Amino acid sequence: MSAETLSGPRLGVSEVTLPGIDVATATRIRRFKPWRLLQLALAVGFLVFIVNAFAKAQIEWPVVGQYLFAPSVFIGLGFTVLMTVVSMVIGLIVAVMVAVGFGSHNFVVRWIAKSYVWLFRGTPLLLQLLLWFNMALVFPAIGLPGIGYKPTVELMTPFIGAAIGLGLNAGAYMSEIIRAGLLSVDTGQYEAAKAIGMTRGKALRKVIFPQAMRVIIPPIGNEFIGMTKSTSLASVIGFSEMLFVVQSIYFNNFRVIELLIVAAVWYLVVTTLLSIGQHYLEQRFGRGFGTGRH
Amino acid sequence: MAVITAMNVCKSYGHLQVLKDINLEIQKGEVVCIIGPSGSGKTTFLRCINQLEKINGGSLWVNGNLTGYRIVGERLLELDEHEIARQRRATGMVFQRFNLFSHLTAQQNVSLGPVEVLGQSPKLAASQALELLDRVGLAHKAGAYPAELSGGQQQRVAIARALAMKPDVLLFDEPTSALDPELVGEVLKVMKEVAESGITMVVATHELNFARDVSHRVVFMADGRIVEVGKPDDILRNPQEPRLQKFLSAIATAPRPESADVAVSALGQAL
Repeated sequence: MSAETLSGPRLGVSEVTLPGIDVATATRIRRFKPWRLLQLALAVGFLVFIVNAFAKAQIEWPVVGQYLFAPSVFIGLGFTVLMTVVSMVIGLIVAVMVAVGFGSHNFVVRWIAKSYVWLFRGTPLLLQLLLWFNMALVFPAIGLPGIGYKPTVELMTPFIGAAIGLGLNAGAYMSEIIRAGLLSVDTGQYEAAKAIGMTRGKALRKVIFPQAMRVIIPPIGNEFIGMTKSTSLASVIGFSEMLFVVQSIYFNNFRVIELLIVAAVWYLVVTTLLSIGQHYLEQRFGRGFGTGRH
Repeated sequence: MAVITAMNVCKSYGHLQVLKDINLEIQKGEVVCIIGPSGSGKTTFLRCINQLEKINGGSLWVNGNLTGYRIVGERLLELDEHEIARQRRATGMVFQRFNLFSHLTAQQNVSLGPVEVLGQSPKLAASQALELLDRVGLAHKAGAYPAELSGGQQQRVAIARALAMKPDVLLFDEPTSALDPELVGEVLKVMKEVAESGITMVVATHELNFARDVSHRVVFMADGRIVEVGKPDDILRNPQEPRLQKFLSAIATAPRPESADVAVSALGQAL
């Protein structure tokens, strides 16, 4: 662009003093960012320190390799994954019901939803697990009139206790995530759904939830990963998930660090797979909304 | 036959009375424009007709059915959610802010109601949706998501979505008020074509030209009341009520859109 067109009086830029160079083609120099170099140096230094510490420590790496694929560790891993899935399914079902209950016109339903969140969010997870497992002390037998009763001790196995305890606790937290997701959808969407003759239930299923998913998935993914690790708490009620298994092994052979590394590796594998799954889910439910990058 | 009958309709939010004693009858095939200043109750009245708002007094009848209640002997029994949803099918609504379903394509927006509410087969609904999109001039945008469409295009899809339910009456809630000025024309053109198809329409609008050219009757509302009703020419050229005269003269002295257009094109030439 020549100087004359730029300084035309009509556009009011005549007072700009143009420099004696051609701005359009001049070489542009990137700004030097010294902080980035410092960050990199610190990160590399820390990594060297950690790797060095593990290399010098008395860790028998062959033992790690030996137990990494041991059948008993695999069984523990299987139970960890199974418990994660079962308790998350329970948690999600409860969370959706509670979140929808929060928006109900019926005050009894709202009150139940609020009390549930208050109770299960307000007490430690470990305590809840112990309570469920020891339910026999409160209700000696469970059953339905006419069908029969069973002693609670027989019903409340470590698996059942862990599934209920973890699931109901996660449900209380996730109900808030889902509620936030429902609130993130514009009320106009709900009105448009009603205007074409949808009931509240159908509007939630077909219009509101599909859009809320975009907001719900990242924190639920977080909860899923958190749950993978929370299952290790169930070892206190004798549920033989992965941490329980590696602990029972190192109680015998005293290879504590080696076996904890084995467990850590498998936890990382599972959570990595979950993160990948979350990425694809986010893409699936992000349609029509852009990339979310700012 | 009257498609909509409002008898002494009242609506209030707490102490604020938004609709005061509205009486209006709209005949089948009629196009009625409701004009009036902001806050006069135009939008609320439309929202009451399709029960997005519940009225506090009087009665509203759509197609001869009392809305919101069933007459049981001498008393009125409140309808449940499913019955209200069924009654809403008689009325189609076009919103000021379009409210297209953001997670669905234009075509899916139009076919969702027929599939989920009317129980049509997805295949049939999809092909009918395409026909309706063609009618509003947007067949080529069938696969686009709302975020990829201009405001005018979104509003045209919203009109197609309302038509897909084959309602007895279409309600337009200030359909062009949220649009950029240069997009208003395309939406009004589609609305005019829909009006010519003979469907009953109630349009809350600030577009007096549209009211004059397309509607059979114009209703002027102010402060929650119907102040004057009549033929477009009578209302817009020969207003009787002082409140309407004041409203029209306030609009007449406001800067005309045409002069703004001239300014824009002059600026364009200068550049």
